[in-house]
Formats: sequence, C-alpha cells, structure tokens
Amino acid sequence: MNELLMVDNLKKYFPVNVGSMSRKKIVDLKAVDGVSFQLDEGEILALVGESGSGKSTTAYTIMGLYKVTEGKIFFKGADISMEVTKRPLSLKKEIQIVFQDPGTSLNPQRTIRQILDLPLRVHKIVPKGNINEKVEELLKTVELPADYMFKYPRMIGGGERQMVAIARALATNPSLVILDEPTSALDVSIQAKIIIMLLKLQRDFKLSYLFITHDLSLMRNVATRMAIMYLGKINEIAPAQELFANPLHPYTQMLLSSIPVVTEKERNLKPKQIKSIGEIPSPVNPPSGCGFHPRCPFKLELCLENDPQPVEVTPGHFVRCFLYKN
Amino acid sequence: MSELLLNIKDLMVGYKVFGGVLRVLNGITIKVNKGERIGIVGETGSGKTTAAKTILRILPRTARIFGGEILFQNKDVLKMPRSELSVLRGQGISMIFQDPTASLNPVFTVGSIISDVIRYSRTLSSSNKSSQIKETAIDAFRLASLPDADRLLANYPFQLSGGMRQRVCIAMALATARDLLIADEPTTNLDVTIQDQVLRLIRELVDKKKTSFILITHSLGVASEMTDRIYVMYAGTIVEQANTQDLFEKPYHPYTHALLSCIPKLSGEGIAPGIPGRMPDYLNPPQGCRFSPRCPRVLPICEKEKPPLIEVEPGHEVACFLFATKQGVPQ
Repeated sequence: MNELLMVDNLKKYFPVNVGSMSRKKIVDLKAVDGVSFQLDEGEILALVGESGSGKSTTAYTIMGLYKVTEGKIFFKGADISMEVTKRPLSLKKEIQIVFQDPGTSLNPQRTIRQILDLPLRVHKIVPKGNINEKVEELLKTVELPADYMFKYPRMIGGGERQMVAIARALATNPSLVILDEPTSALDVSIQAKIIIMLLKLQRDFKLSYLFITHDLSLMRNVATRMAIMYLGKINEIAPAQELFANPLHPYTQMLLSSIPVVTEKERNLKPKQIKSIGEIPSPVNPPSGCGFHPRCPFKLELCLENDPQPVEVTPGHFVRCFLYKN
Repeated sequence: MSELLLNIKDLMVGYKVFGGVLRVLNGITIKVNKGERIGIVGETGSGKTTAAKTILRILPRTARIFGGEILFQNKDVLKMPRSELSVLRGQGISMIFQDPTASLNPVFTVGSIISDVIRYSRTLSSSNKSSQIKETAIDAFRLASLPDADRLLANYPFQLSGGMRQRVCIAMALATARDLLIADEPTTNLDVTIQDQVLRLIRELVDKKKTSFILITHSLGVASEMTDRIYVMYAGTIVEQANTQDLFEKPYHPYTHALLSCIPKLSGEGIAPGIPGRMPDYLNPPQGCRFSPRCPRVLPICEKEKPPLIEVEPGHEVACFLFATKQGVPQ
C-alpha cells in the first residue's frame, strides 16, 4: 500500500512560565516528544491516549495549526514540516480536520451554506456558478436535507452539526481527514450514526483517517491500526486486532482493564486485571527515564534512568518498553 | 424483602420557559431499598439529572413540580418545610456532581470547604470543636485515598488535578454518615484510568458505609460495573427497570435494545446504525409513549396511551404495550 503520511521524530514544545517573581523562568512543556509513525492510503489509524498525552497536539501540528519544533512530516512524499503559511495551497486542501465540539467549530453567525461554501471558494473547487449545487451535493453526502443550507448551526441538533463539520472537511476532496474526538461530545445513539457514516464515506471517497480519541472500545470497531500515546510519546503501535488480543505495554494493559464493559464476554477479553494507579505526570516536569515508570507495576531498575526505544516484537507490532526485546 | 428507603411515585416535573412549559418528567416511579445500588441510565436530556435534583429539592426557580411524591424514610420530601429540608440535605442525602471544578468554591481551600460541611451537619446533632472537625476532615480524605491529607487541606481546588478534585467531592459527600448518596455522572470528565480509580473508590466506600447509592450516568458500561439494579430513562419516562445482569442479558424495551446495540463492544462486532430521529421536544411531547415516533415496533395504541410499567419477569418491569397481553391490557 502507498504511504500517505509519514511523521518522523516529531517534537512540539510550548514555552511556559513557571515560578513567580524573581524565580520566574521559561521552560519547555514537551507536549509531543519524538513521535514517529506512518499512515498508509485507505487506513484508519487511531491515536489513543488520555488527556495531556499530546494526541491532539500531534494532530494539530500535522494540520499546520502549530509550528513544528523539531522533526519532519511528509505527506505523499513531500516535506510539509515548514510553517503553514509557506505550505502550498494544493497540499493544504488534501488534509482536513473535524473538531471535537461542533458547537464551537461552526461559526454561529454563518448559515450552513456560508460555512460550506468557504472552502469551495478558497480552493476554487467548483466554478462560482456551481457553488449552490456543490453545497447541496455535500449535504446529500452526509444525508442532510438540502434546505438545511439556510439554517444556522444553533437551529440543528448536535449530531447534525457534526455532520455539517464533516461535510465541510469533505468539501475540498481531501485524501487525509484528521478526526479529533468527533463523537465524544455526543450520545451513543448519535455516535453510532456518525461512525457508520464516517466508515461509509471512507470507502466511497477512498479516504484515510487519523482518528484521535480516548475511546478504546470504539476504536476496536473502527480502526485498522492503533497507536497508544502517553506523555508525548507513542508507547505501543499495532494493528487493532493484534493490540486488543495481545497488549504488550503495561500502560496499554492498564487502559484496557480500565474500560467499563457491559457483558461477560467482553469482561473476559480484558487483560488480567491490572489495577490503575497514579495519574499522568505534568509534561512540564516529566519523570526521568520511561515516563510511565511511576505508575508501572512491572518497572525495572533500568526504567528509572533510561528511556526505552521502540522494538518490533511481532511484524508491525512495536512497543516501547524494556520488558520486551526484538 | 429489605426496607424501602426512597420511594418516588409518579413524579411529574417541568420547566417554565418562554412560550410554554417543558414537560420533562412524565410520571416516574423509582424505588431504592436500604443498602441497594441503583443506576439511572439515559441519554442527554432524558431527565435523569432533573430527577436527582428533585429528590434534594435543588431545582432551579423555573422548575415546577406538577405531581407525585418522593417518600424518603416515609416522609414526603415535596411537602417538607425548609427546616426539615436542611436536615435532609445535612444528614440524610448527599450528592456528588458531574463537574468537581464547578462544585468546589475556588476562593476557599478544600480544607475549609469540607470543614463547613462537617460543621453544618454537626450543629444539627452533637459536638462541634474545630480540632474534631479537622480530624474528621483528615479521616474523610484518607478514606478517599487522598495522599498527604494534612497538607492537602490547605490547598485550593485549582492546585489539584481533576481526579483529586472529584475525590475531594467524594470525601465531602461521605464525611458524615448518610443514608443515601446520589452521584450525578461522577466520572464523565475524567480519563478512563482515573475513572476506574474513582469508581473503585466510590464502590468501596459505599460498601463499607452501607450507604444506599444512586448512580446517574449515560454510560451503560459504568452502570453495569457499579449497580445492582438499573432504571432506563427515555424522554422523562422510565422505560425499563431490572437487575443489572438481567437488563444487559435480556432487554425487553425496544429503546433499551437499540441503546445497547449502539455501544461499541470490546469484542469488535461492529456498531449498529444508531436510533433514527431525535429526542422529542418537551414543549410538545408526543401523546402516549414518548418513544413511539422512533420505535421500530410501534403499535397503534402507543400513539394514544402512555404504557404502564408491566412486570414481565419477577423484578423486571417494562413500559411497553408489546408485552401487555399477560396483564389483560388490550394490545
């Protein structure tokens, strides 16, 4: 399969003030600290992590919303790690994003038609005369009636608003869509509807998704490959089925055993109960060595000092932990 | 049969808004026995928080109670004078809210917040020395597995993480002996590993103190791990009530069915296509069964009459005309 996106040792640091008065100094908050992965065409890669793990920062840096501190991003073989103003328009339209909360990502003062025609005009997708038709077509692809184009976002439901946000992302015929927790603000019955639609669109338009989420059970049903992030680094990356069948990293095991489930069948699928302890440390002052060691039940002497490197345990299954060797 | 602690009968609550009344709770009936752990499950806007707030009488001013009664230890909460309500809130029932940031006053230290709670419930009963209050507060923090309790009392809420703040709220709720604890989406704002810790803590404390417990949540997974019995709410009505295990193994109501099929499963069997349509408008709710406009198995009678709760199996009640024949109700 063709490689679409390649992220190589990506770092994104934010300067923050710590201390007060005379002891004030500026230190780096290492939101993303050396992340590497690749995304093939037609793939759904899930980037899973808790809040503060840097998953959204990774996505926004790929989008160009943040400037890269260090490392490279390649899209279809071309380097796009420059500042976003220097990124060619033709590449910008190839990568689109759907944000978490459609209540704030859609301008409340614009009608749905105005929201959807902006990307069409910026990227000159269709001739001026055909914009109305194209907007209608976009609404049709997300199964909304055509007369919604005269409504304002507040007049429609939360699920429908997210559909509009998806239509806006599709307006420029992108090849990569970044989905930043698109359903976490919605109820399960609406989430199901949106996920089914996203999967259908992915097939119909041959899209690739980078799915940012904290919901592991959802990803079990959606993703082809999953990356587990913790404290700005990827701890484990594997095909979805493999990751659930054979979770290797202690953090992945902790995450999986923390998921509340409904049936006995699912309960048996969870790894042997690993008790969740501790909290994610502050990325301003991360622990030495492996970032997970303060919470890890299997930590070794080695982990306190050294940061492990990723090892490929089985083909395609990488884990960043000293417990495993090539 | 264990003793009945809370008995909500046919409760009707609405909100007055410009242009009419939102008829939210449409006659709900909930029973909580002593020592029982109850779950109230429903989607956003199903009225589960309104129900909880009515129990404590902390509804906003625009709310109107149209009927029904709430018997707590055989006294009707809805008819209580202010003085008795204070005792109820100070000693009878406590509540944990969804957002710990919003429920802790940012200008006081957590120590002074929890001391207030303890002092208040003590004035209602016995001794009231500040050293004793501090001791109780520290004990409560220890119970809630908050590390370094003495030092923590001097911290402001913003100095704590989200998980710690929720633990402070739990410590506050359980600092003094209570008969009933209501938790309204206590872990919705927390990460999954922290959620696991907080739920475990609540479960342990509820077991240890033998408090009755009502958990309000939209997450069926959380409800399944925390409760003995579950009420499923839809649009201000109870649609199904059963033991937790029975409910997940053998749901009767079409809504419960649809809702369960929407949850993504760890076993990876794919996702059902959701429920068509949306929650009804409370200004003008559908006549009869409120789920009828979205129901795949709707009958002519559903659009005219409100289905009563029918016992389909011992302890398993469903509000749906599909199961009405046994009782001799016309189908």
